[in-house]
Amino acid sequence: SKKILRQIPYGAAAGAITQAKGLQNARCYSVNHLSVQERIEKKRKAALTGGGQLRIAAQHKRGKLTARERLELLLDPDSFVEYDMFVEHRCSDFGMEADHNKYPGDSVVTGQGRINGRLVYVFSQDFTVFGGSLSGAHAQKVCKVMDQAMMVGAPVIGLNDSGGARIQEGVESLAGYADIFLRNVMASGVVPQISLIMGPCAGGAVYSPALTDFTFMVKDTSYLFITGPDVVKSVTNEDVTQEELGGAKTHTTVSGVAHRAFENDVDALLNLRDFFNFLPLSNKDPAPVTECHDPRDRPVPGLDTIVPFESTKAYDMLDIVHGVLDEREFFEIMPNYAKNIVVGFARMNGRTVGIVGNQPKVASGCLDVNSSVKGARFVRFCDAFNIPIITFVDVPGFLPGTAQEYGGIIRHGAKLLYAFAEATVPKITVITRKAYGGAYDVMSSKHLRGDVNYAWPSAEVAVMGAKGAVQIIFRGKENQAEAEAEYVEKFANPFPAAVRGFVDDIIQPSTTRKRLCRDLEVLASKKQTNPWKKHANIPL
Amino acid sequence: CAGLWGGSFAFDLQLPKRFQQFSCVFSFPQVHVKVADEAVCVGPAPTSKSYLNMDAIMNAIKQTGAQAVHPGYGFLSENKEFAKRLAAEGVTFIGPDTHAIQAMGDKIESKLIAKAAKVNTIPGFDGVVKDAEEAVKIAGEIGYPVMIKASAGGGGKGMRIAWNDEETREGFRFSSQEALSSFGDDRLLIEKFIDNPRHIEIQVLADKHGDALWLNERECSIQRRNQKVVEEAPSTFLDPDTRRAMGEQAVSLANAVKYSSAGTVEFLVDSKKNFYFLEMNTRLQVEHPITECITGLDLVQQMIRIAKGYKLQHKQSDIPINGWAVESRVYAEDPYKSFGLPSIGRLSQYQEPLDLPNVRVDSGIQEGSDISIYYDPMISKLVTYGKTREEALKKMEDALDNYVIRGVTHNIPLLREIIVHPRFVSGDISTKFLPEVYPDGFKGHMLTAGERRELLATAAALYVAAQLRSQKFLGDLSRQWELCVELDKGVHMLGVSRSGNNYTVEIDGEKVEVSGEWNLASALLPITINGKHRTLQCLLRTAAGEISLQYLGTSFKLRVLSNLAASLSKHMPEKVPEDTSSILRSPMPGSVVAVSVKPGDNVAEGQEICVIEAMKMQNSMTAAKTAKVKSVHCKAGDTVGEGDLLVELE
Repeated sequence: SKKILRQIPYGAAAGAITQAKGLQNARCYSVNHLSVQERIEKKRKAALTGGGQLRIAAQHKRGKLTARERLELLLDPDSFVEYDMFVEHRCSDFGMEADHNKYPGDSVVTGQGRINGRLVYVFSQDFTVFGGSLSGAHAQKVCKVMDQAMMVGAPVIGLNDSGGARIQEGVESLAGYADIFLRNVMASGVVPQISLIMGPCAGGAVYSPALTDFTFMVKDTSYLFITGPDVVKSVTNEDVTQEELGGAKTHTTVSGVAHRAFENDVDALLNLRDFFNFLPLSNKDPAPVTECHDPRDRPVPGLDTIVPFESTKAYDMLDIVHGVLDEREFFEIMPNYAKNIVVGFARMNGRTVGIVGNQPKVASGCLDVNSSVKGARFVRFCDAFNIPIITFVDVPGFLPGTAQEYGGIIRHGAKLLYAFAEATVPKITVITRKAYGGAYDVMSSKHLRGDVNYAWPSAEVAVMGAKGAVQIIFRGKENQAEAEAEYVEKFANPFPAAVRGFVDDIIQPSTTRKRLCRDLEVLASKKQTNPWKKHANIPL
Repeated sequence: CAGLWGGSFAFDLQLPKRFQQFSCVFSFPQVHVKVADEAVCVGPAPTSKSYLNMDAIMNAIKQTGAQAVHPGYGFLSENKEFAKRLAAEGVTFIGPDTHAIQAMGDKIESKLIAKAAKVNTIPGFDGVVKDAEEAVKIAGEIGYPVMIKASAGGGGKGMRIAWNDEETREGFRFSSQEALSSFGDDRLLIEKFIDNPRHIEIQVLADKHGDALWLNERECSIQRRNQKVVEEAPSTFLDPDTRRAMGEQAVSLANAVKYSSAGTVEFLVDSKKNFYFLEMNTRLQVEHPITECITGLDLVQQMIRIAKGYKLQHKQSDIPINGWAVESRVYAEDPYKSFGLPSIGRLSQYQEPLDLPNVRVDSGIQEGSDISIYYDPMISKLVTYGKTREEALKKMEDALDNYVIRGVTHNIPLLREIIVHPRFVSGDISTKFLPEVYPDGFKGHMLTAGERRELLATAAALYVAAQLRSQKFLGDLSRQWELCVELDKGVHMLGVSRSGNNYTVEIDGEKVEVSGEWNLASALLPITINGKHRTLQCLLRTAAGEISLQYLGTSFKLRVLSNLAASLSKHMPEKVPEDTSSILRSPMPGSVVAVSVKPGDNVAEGQEICVIEAMKMQNSMTAAKTAKVKSVHCKAGDTVGEGDLLVELE
């Protein structure tokens, strides 16, 4: 933690520099000569222009929108209700108490509004005011909307664009971060929390997005890191650019910190509006249902031929997923990270569902450390917010090897197992091909309280593939080929699981959409509770 | 009686149905089949291991007890060895006998026979070619331009045109390689190339009792790289006398080789209606349905009757020309690249326009099928019929607009443009049509101002419909929408209002009314725009306002934003696309035949870097600039996808 604290000033330093430049742009209020009404007007006007026209122009020049423009685009027209427009920072050191260093509203815009008519609480950090740095007042404003969001039961969206802590305020600023962190944790599982990183987000500030449910980034203009390139250089002598260290590409492909990246501010905000439509407002709210034009009983003939004859041949799980969903619309989460598992949101007959699927096209669809963690977090989000989970299974097992064992595949794999097992939302599973070994158990099996488990005719539920199994069962015996054929006959089909009731039915693939839609309707009233506990102890 | 059907491109759905009381067996490679009474797997996907593998086919025949084999269009249909082996097993080959296949299959022998039968032949043709230098010598004697092609092959496969010695050498090399890989026979033919010709062919039908008929002509002049794209019957160009003269010569050739079954005699016709014998195809042609449409004869049924030894049912005077038929070959290829480079993929959505009257679709695929690199990239043959040519062409417009193909790039944009082009509509065509009409390559449909408005209005209506659906939480909000729509590089400010299914879109002061029974999930958008009926397709609609519409065949990309989003978009940074001159990417999926450079080599602009083979076509990949080779990412034998990096230059 010492390291983290030391690093917080990195971003703040950037803020201070911006601030120093702004000194020339000084203004002076001779308050005594103005009536209260005029003062209100003046303050409002000042709040609306943030750090002033020069800094707004600079913000635009960087390819970024201002905090207010972003909210305007994110929210329905005329729906934004702003809070705390008159709040100012309370720092009196280093000349900060001077009038020209006070900006009404300080470095964040907060309030509530509507997205397609549905309530959302928002805060949008204003980089034009002290580089968006976090003062005590800034934190207090953010905490206010978070508190109210939890009381009312509405999601919180944070638009992050901040240089870091307000250095001039010292521990006041650090306390502010912690206040926000605490609320992120308290709100977790109560209302959906989304962070959109639209500029720098460095040092301790990164932990707020990390605690929220989803972190999205804007390509080329946003960064997330604990310590910036300069400190990295001085500590480890590593040469690395901001982009390589904490850009959108890094976090959506390598680290898995961010869930998706968008081309630019406009693209990101329009997509965020779309994403918001999938989410319930709180954990008391059911998964939203929208109007659906795609027939719920639409056959999907392409699915009958998608699984290749050879069980070693790959196919694209997304073809199946797109085929069954409403209008082939799939909002994929982490599309470029741990691609051997596919997760994301979609609708079935208008109702939001969470999709989990093994991806045979990548690493044969095996489970490894990264894919287990990616899957587990997604499943837990769906469970927390009443979103039914549909799981498509084609998994040859857990990835073997020292890299995985040393990496802790046992405890990470356990997370996915844990997540599926504890989930009480409707769970429907379709085994499209392989369901081998422990991975079969993990992937929302009947044994983990799967509500409806289907197998396609191409399903093979077994401890392992035929070759490996025969080598163990018939070790040293001749006629291995014959034994292998016998094993395939016995296990490389859905019957062993079906006769035991471990799958509820063997279905024609082209009817999958119809079956899923019907089951979801039935399961909409599902009620299931876990034993009382203070909280569960997922193997973190 | 069981018949074995050897598929052409994968297999053909329409024809086996016409075995009628016969039970029908398919031969097929390892793909999914569900249409035949019985299906036999003849091997893995590469054709040399399945359709071209005679042993496998013979086994299939024994296994099913088939008494007759219909060989389809390609592969073994013109292979005399195959016909011989069938004869040895006592299995009927539904086609001509081996003598005729052999005589007509050899381009040189066929011309000698044609000459003897008093059929007009192309002047100055010569014999088998041994090497590149001999090819140059022969070409010089004939005089440029010359055409080089495989002796054994039919159609345009392995055919190249050379205008000078250099091109002759290159043509020789490619054609001989292609001939070897497609036919296992590297003999070539060089002959005088007739400039600006029409390709018109005569369908003949002959029985085993010495009787033969001509079933009128098919005009197949619209071609790209010597492969047919749009065919029609009859031809706008032939008068009754020329038609009869061609028909009689065709029948005389059939008689000369004691031909039985259906066959096609191809002619080149010059602008003065002189016609020259090109070759005879001793099999059913891909484009045979248009002849069936105008004559009312079922050619496959006739072939089966003839193979059984029955006499012809008709006399020459019984053969009519009723109405007009047009066939479009729908290919899985990108028409924006050389009028069509192969593309592959999975048909994620597929819907044939079969609910329209007088439309016939012969295809071997269904939703979910994979278009692979192993076969011809043909998706289907789309045939429309009308009392007049105008009617048949109008029907073709509708059929193309109502044809849903998603997941692979297809050539409907090109087909849709060809059939409405004034030159095509007036019948002024030749085999040069495409390069002449589109000298800079095909660029898609060029919008008129009115069409532009229709497209903008449709996109706006779609956008508003999607926005309104998102607002269902609030109940239906009817109000005015101010939108900014980008199309190509033009930006338009639109006002939209809606009542029920009717959208009023105001564009540059003009009002466009959009209505119709459609919703956001339907693949087809049957829309009425200002009272005119149009069928569009929405190919893409994203949260960020991108909308792709297929309109008049061509797919157009639009971006629809609220005025606010559009005005804020001006602050967004421009993303610089990567410099492509120093990277060579595969323009299509295929396999690498040869790589002629290694890292460190200096290459000149236009120099060959590697050769990619796809769907039996070899394509030479050349350097876009003079530079040093930085790295090579492929080797001979590799399978590459579209856009895969092949070679990097410095």
